[in-house]
Amino acid sequence: MAEPVEIRSPILRSPHLLGIDGLGVDEVLALLDLADRWVDRNRAAPQKRDLLRGRTLINLFFEASTRTQSSFELAGKRLGADVVNMAVQRSAIAKGETLIDTAMTLNAMRPDILVIRHEAAGAVELLSQKVDCSVVNAGDGAHEHPTQALLDALTMRRHKGRIEGLVIAICGDIAHSRVARSNLILLSMLGARLRLAAPATLLPPAVDRFGAEVFTDLRDAIRNADVVMMLRLQSERMSASYVPSAREYFHFFGLDHDKLALARPDAIVMHPGPMNRGVEIDSAVADDPRSVIREQVEIGVAVRMAVLEALAAHVGVAG
Amino acid sequence: MQNGRQSAPTVFHNARLVDPASGLDRTGAVLVENGVIADIMAGTARPAPPDGARVIDCAGRVLAPGLIDMRVFAGEPGFEHRETLAGASRAAAAGGVTTIICRPDTEPVIDDPAIVDYVRRRARDDALVHVHPMAALTRGREGREMTEIGLLSDAGAIAFGDGARTTADARVMRNALTYSQTFGALIAPHVEDAALIGDGVMNEGEISARLGLPGRPAAAEIIAVERDMRLVELTGGRYHAASVSCRASVAAISEARQAGHPVTCGVSINNLVLNEIDVGAYRTFFKLRPPLRSEEDRAAMVEGLASGAIDVVVSDHDPQDTDSKRRPFVEAGFGAVGLETLLPAALGLYHEGQVGLVDLLAAMTSNPARILGLDAGRLEPGRIADLVVIDLASPFVVLAEDLVSKCRNTTFERRHMQGRAVLTMVAGSIVFERAPAEADA
Repeated sequence: MAEPVEIRSPILRSPHLLGIDGLGVDEVLALLDLADRWVDRNRAAPQKRDLLRGRTLINLFFEASTRTQSSFELAGKRLGADVVNMAVQRSAIAKGETLIDTAMTLNAMRPDILVIRHEAAGAVELLSQKVDCSVVNAGDGAHEHPTQALLDALTMRRHKGRIEGLVIAICGDIAHSRVARSNLILLSMLGARLRLAAPATLLPPAVDRFGAEVFTDLRDAIRNADVVMMLRLQSERMSASYVPSAREYFHFFGLDHDKLALARPDAIVMHPGPMNRGVEIDSAVADDPRSVIREQVEIGVAVRMAVLEALAAHVGVAG
Repeated sequence: MQNGRQSAPTVFHNARLVDPASGLDRTGAVLVENGVIADIMAGTARPAPPDGARVIDCAGRVLAPGLIDMRVFAGEPGFEHRETLAGASRAAAAGGVTTIICRPDTEPVIDDPAIVDYVRRRARDDALVHVHPMAALTRGREGREMTEIGLLSDAGAIAFGDGARTTADARVMRNALTYSQTFGALIAPHVEDAALIGDGVMNEGEISARLGLPGRPAAAEIIAVERDMRLVELTGGRYHAASVSCRASVAAISEARQAGHPVTCGVSINNLVLNEIDVGAYRTFFKLRPPLRSEEDRAAMVEGLASGAIDVVVSDHDPQDTDSKRRPFVEAGFGAVGLETLLPAALGLYHEGQVGLVDLLAAMTSNPARILGLDAGRLEPGRIADLVVIDLASPFVVLAEDLVSKCRNTTFERRHMQGRAVLTMVAGSIVFERAPAEADA
């Protein structure tokens, strides 16, 4: 079955997707619309397309992430790309190879799209300056995770029909979260009313400059919210005395049914995963009908297909 | 500096003589003989030169004491791939700097008289300018045991500090401030509370939060300064904060000084002319220690310099090789080269009318000389002939490839500047002279 030609002008002005910051509203909306169609098509007939046939996508993950890497892998394969997973982790670095050396090596293999995750903020942007192919940021330190924000926005839009005017509470380790940063930029761009909730140690500096209401009481943040997004608490935050214990964290900042009852009755619960059940989210809430956490994973694949499709417009025509 | 060069007498005439120590700023001539300033004459008349003298018409340009840079990383021993005494001294000469104080955080650390001696000998053989090593305040810069301050002073260590580390243990610092007085030694530490900066890589604030980078809060510096002011009050030790960057640090030091305590402070040229916004999109050349601060703090540094609350301006010359800077921001090395751009960048403040020329030059000549007890930094008969001729007017663009330094990690790449050294003299010998075409450009 021939794919109808849908794109004439590139959806993305840049050949890279490095962050939500720098995207225009038009680009974001076009990506969401494109991804929306992929959700339906994947549900209807999850068959392989050939939009990226003959293209090579390399997943370059310096930080392990089964979930995001599989999502990109599947997205690439569903579009017909050849996908190579490079688990760099610490091995190349341990051998003394610098990040840029690694990138140059991969660049010499002439991939069309590099999907990169790195633990250092700004590392993906740095790499994008050194290679000839399109680069997608799959998470750089505490900076950005643009495809996560896009999939979060699309999940909300599919459930609520809109983003504008929604009351969205983002709760948990905001200070160290790239998901929170990308979402803050994207959701404010689309007109949401944002609330942030965290113990004060896990709020970023100058948090009042992010255009969101800030709470240190989870209940206040959740009250009458349309969307409650919980963030993962990394276990190392407890050893660095950001919070005293998992028990205390769950008591005050974990989402349970009591606290969720304060949200609007039709509120949805989100989490970028992987969840720490019993730390930031009660198991019962995670499995509640209002939880759309598994749907986020599904929509994640569609969003990544949309991103790859949009970037394909920049990939050299020959090939 | 290199020995054995016989220098002919030199006459500088038609110069705008600026001697910050005395406040002198007028047209005149200077006669240099046997490496010292032999005579200073007022007016435009050209004095009769002695036989064989070199006569230099300054054409109205500034003639000032050579600059003294109190914070230079000179690489030796152990980091010769980043900088050497010879290399740093060439960069210094090109920047009008005639004396450099080099940091002790080398490998091995300068914490033993033999290493002080080594650095001084290497400098004597290799360097074009005067070099005085600082010694570590604690052995191995580990913050636990005081170094041999007496023996190190005798060996020629000019001041004491642990490089880019702050002594965390208040008792060790107290003892150092007490003990050093026996030898009249100057304690000149880096000021940042190590626990509070954690793994921070830039100023903590909105920009670090947006970039997702761990921050170094201003409070980390202020706490270190305020603690040390209490310890100075307790001990009476002579203290110089090597490089401050926050308004409240300057305020704490001023307050202690007004109370009569022997405290002074320096500021990096970077913290005078750049701020955290320059970090932009993870530009690692702007990863500095102390970090570039808010615009409000930067303005406070300029204000402090103009008012005299800040005594000294340093280049904080800290060359990093390409590998160290071509990395993600959190992994990149701290520091920037600065010897060649110190004077031009500082002159920007003069051209903008923010700091007077005499005050500006004082912070790089007579003030450091006074704090360090050096016989330099003054335009006075009998003083060592460390001099710089400065063309205040000449505009130029900083280009990394034009730098003398081996490492090119400048924070001023492509910056338009006005004014720089055109001739540098160390102890009566000309160690740098800008080609006329370049000087007129």
